Amino acid sequence: MLRIDCPWCGEREEMEFSYGGQAHVAYPKDPQSVSDEDWAQYLFMRDNPKGLFLERWVHSQGCRRWFNMARHTVTHEIFATYKPGEPPPKAGQ
Amino acid sequence: MRIDGAGRIDRSRPLDFTFNGRRLQGYGGDTLASALLANNVHLVARSFKYHRPRGLLTAGNEEPNALVQLERGPHTEPNLRATEIELYAGLDASSVNCFPSVEFDLRAINGLASSILVAGFYNKTFMWPKGFWKKVYEPAIRKAAGLGVAPDAPDPDTYDRMHWHCDLLIVGAGPAGLSAALQAGRQGVRTVLVEEASAAGGSLLQRPSSIEGGDGAGWAARAAAELDTLPNVLFLRRTSVFGYYDHNYLMAVQRRTEHLGPGRSPGVARKRLWHFRAKRVILATGAHERPIVFGNNDLPGILLANAACTYATQYGVSLGKAGVAFVNNDHGFALALETHAAAKNLVLIVDVRANQSEELEKRAADAGVRILRGAVVTVAHGGKRIESVDISPSRGAGQVRLECDHLLVSGGVNPAVHLFSQATGTLRFDAGLACFLPDACRQAVEVAGALNGRFALASAIADGTAAAARTLAALGHSTPAKIAPAIDSLNLLPLWSVQGLRDEKLPGKHFVDYQNDVTEADILLASREGFRSVEHTKRYTTTGMATDQGKTSNVIGLAILAGSLDKTIPEVGTTTFRPPFTPVTFGAIAGRDRGSLSEPVRMTPMHPWHVDNGAVFEDVGQWKRPWYFPQSGEDLHAAVARETRALRTTAGVMDATTLGKIDIQGADAAEFLNRVYTNAWTKLPVGSCRYGVMCKPDGMVMDDGVTARLSDDRFLMTTTTGNAARVLDWLEEWLQTEWPELEVHCTTVTEQWATTAVVGPNARKILRILAPGMDFSNEAFPFMTFREGMVGGLQARVFRISFSGELAYEINVPSWHGLTLWKKVIEAGKPHGLTPYGTETMHVARAEKGYIIIGQETDGTVTPDDVGLGWAVSKQKDFIGKRSFSRSDTTRTGRKQLVGLLPRDKAFVAAEGSHLVADPARSSFDPVLGSPSIGHITSSYHSPNLESAFALALIVNGRALHGQMVYAVKGTDLEPMTIVDPVFFDRQGKRRDGFD
Repeated sequence: MLRIDCPWCGEREEMEFSYGGQAHVAYPKDPQSVSDEDWAQYLFMRDNPKGLFLERWVHSQGCRRWFNMARHTVTHEIFATYKPGEPPPKAGQ
Repeated sequence: MRIDGAGRIDRSRPLDFTFNGRRLQGYGGDTLASALLANNVHLVARSFKYHRPRGLLTAGNEEPNALVQLERGPHTEPNLRATEIELYAGLDASSVNCFPSVEFDLRAINGLASSILVAGFYNKTFMWPKGFWKKVYEPAIRKAAGLGVAPDAPDPDTYDRMHWHCDLLIVGAGPAGLSAALQAGRQGVRTVLVEEASAAGGSLLQRPSSIEGGDGAGWAARAAAELDTLPNVLFLRRTSVFGYYDHNYLMAVQRRTEHLGPGRSPGVARKRLWHFRAKRVILATGAHERPIVFGNNDLPGILLANAACTYATQYGVSLGKAGVAFVNNDHGFALALETHAAAKNLVLIVDVRANQSEELEKRAADAGVRILRGAVVTVAHGGKRIESVDISPSRGAGQVRLECDHLLVSGGVNPAVHLFSQATGTLRFDAGLACFLPDACRQAVEVAGALNGRFALASAIADGTAAAARTLAALGHSTPAKIAPAIDSLNLLPLWSVQGLRDEKLPGKHFVDYQNDVTEADILLASREGFRSVEHTKRYTTTGMATDQGKTSNVIGLAILAGSLDKTIPEVGTTTFRPPFTPVTFGAIAGRDRGSLSEPVRMTPMHPWHVDNGAVFEDVGQWKRPWYFPQSGEDLHAAVARETRALRTTAGVMDATTLGKIDIQGADAAEFLNRVYTNAWTKLPVGSCRYGVMCKPDGMVMDDGVTARLSDDRFLMTTTTGNAARVLDWLEEWLQTEWPELEVHCTTVTEQWATTAVVGPNARKILRILAPGMDFSNEAFPFMTFREGMVGGLQARVFRISFSGELAYEINVPSWHGLTLWKKVIEAGKPHGLTPYGTETMHVARAEKGYIIIGQETDGTVTPDDVGLGWAVSKQKDFIGKRSFSRSDTTRTGRKQLVGLLPRDKAFVAAEGSHLVADPARSSFDPVLGSPSIGHITSSYHSPNLESAFALALIVNGRALHGQMVYAVKGTDLEPMTIVDPVFFDRQGKRRDGFD
């Protein structure tokens, strides 16, 4: 079980949180102008790396707010958590 | 038998106990295992597959053979290791896996048939004929296999749990763990020390030892006493760490009353589950001695050397009169001599090595124990107890048979790397020790003592101190570094299997995994059949898959596999170590989360009335909802017939409180609804309501409900009962992550409002009685509007919405007035035939009108158009999911569409989920020749108003097929049904406004 640093509440147990999939997959600004291929890409395709992954979490049993996390998918090492709208931390930070 | 004056048991405290119905006596401080051996009971179990007689092999948590059923009735617990059960007065245990008894086991016939019970036997044999598995093979195998018996009554004990944060968690209170705990504890570090035994000491209790000139056991007792006085140290005994998870999260189970016996400590939880979060961890979990594989190496009376030493030293128990030891290393050699020092019964040490150290030779000579060098035990003989052994030179001809009544074995040592490995630590194979040692781990963990290859007492203590110093430095304490001692040599000559040394085929069975009855021949067979991966071989042969997880067998098994594949042991590698290290009961895991505490139960304010009036309840999510209100003698069918008739002819009343309610406020609230609902919201006037459908971005229906505009910037959204939390999360997700610029706030108000729905032709009359000050005329209060006013003397918000097609009013009052209002409605409705109804009648009434239920007509693959809600989808504005309605999959023909079905046999209520076929001539059960499914039934009821059964269904191109026949499965028959419009009742919608 992970120990997660909520950007608003601080460190809490993983059981307080829910997972939200890959981060930084923006909803297209004007979906009607997006091609079928690009729309399918948005709907169905997500990265599944072995290693660093930027992903969304929500503190569902706490402040109920969303945030992003940089996590290693094999070691579960958490490199950073940051608020929505903030850029992901650069490598090494 | 007991050795005079030996052991750490309390001879002033004799304890009577029962084993397999025999009354026996032990002493305080005994385990069940030591007490049985003290009574000369060596045959304690039958093996899993061949039902061979088995005795104790070990004295610890790695015991594969001595599984017992402890106690009877609701307290009973199966498959416990006799080596870990502390004896108490009146203890009642029996062997598992024996029929009819351990002494006379009918299933030992399996041993005679063993040439066919080889690896993969089940996979190879029970495949054909098809259909036999379920009826013949499986029941017979289940009866023959399986170990103990699960209790068949509710568990009367309580269990609890504890969450604990600490700077340092130390697992194991042997010499290494104790010395580490002393150092950290004295520095004031918040430390937890966990020990599975009842007292500190580990090997210090099991072998004669000396520390600082005194008895090692005394040192351990003093160390434990000091730790108990330190306020920053928590020392847990009788506690097993069984799991090591991410971010230094460890779990342990503490046995709080097991040593007292069932029912002896009322009010105390039987077990406590500990959840630890530790900044640093030191593992000092010790090591398990390893057997050697030879013929009939599973006979009772054959024990590991350290087990024999433990029984002699800690429990004062001797294993017999004439013992032989079979070793390949100094550790086992020394243990045999230490056993002899107490028990005085060792005749001979058979050592595969040609030479021993002068010191050991001298100790053996002084003790009068002969050494046979360069020799091996090839086969043991005996029935229910070992009687003799055959001894040969390790290479070459020659054999002698020697009578003996017990045999000590030591094939080396396996550090207990399980927890380290669970923590994702890597292992390295040490060729000199012929074992796996902890290598590296990215978690904040140190290893010390025998686990770390520091087997000698002095080096274990020094290693624990050094690990503590490294840990203290990592925690920011200034502390002098300690130099870790070197790995101890065992002067070991690797020997996994005696057969591997011999040219002739040795008789007897050569066991690798005792608990699952896996032999060397099974592993070699798997290898011949082409198994190369250790993970595959494990599963094919079941090596290491029993409840002991192969603590005594895994390394030997993979060494034999490696030998047969001409690979090195590191090339073959280990299987994965997974929690739990030792079995954990469900009771301990469940803790207090049982029965009514396992999940919250949500009840509406009107619940007491429903109970008083005989409602039968249905669980909808966590809610208790009245399913129907039977009157005397009525079943579901009769009650629903009466309730639906009232609804359509006079009036019904339903508790609709559980519908999700979300208060949505802010300047952009209307814009927000425009984006999440498929239809338009900006022009909805204040005081009006609208039905809305929500889709996921893929265009599939997610939820629906009626939303009212309370003011320009405020809406009240209703959701389905089961989706209330999910919809609120969904709204929050979009507001927070995609549209943070929108000024909108959402909050759940489901539990703030109680909702009473008054439904039916007489609804208006009843409302007029309750609220004389409000105008209920159709002109003043039309469909899909709401009004505020005094209802039954209470401030209320009344919605004119309908889920039945009838004239209906949903009265909302603050929840604390819910029961009062409900009673007033019931009273006012009496002269007008008002009948309370439950969810079943609600379902029938809505299905008669073709109204969908989310999760019943929809399943995440259904668009609004598929279920006939195309009218609620805006062509102008954008909303979540709209782009997907122009995808090829949503625009294609051949999608399933919502239809109604009427059976030819009006009494036929089809099973929901039934598949439908178009061609009854082809058997629908044949996967090749059968008619393909063209759809399925989503809702199915009997309707008293239609005087027929009816159903809703999703059928390929269904809207174009009205009037055609389809066939639903009924047992082995097909039942014809006609496709019709999904609106069965009042298709013109005349009833909605009432008749007055």
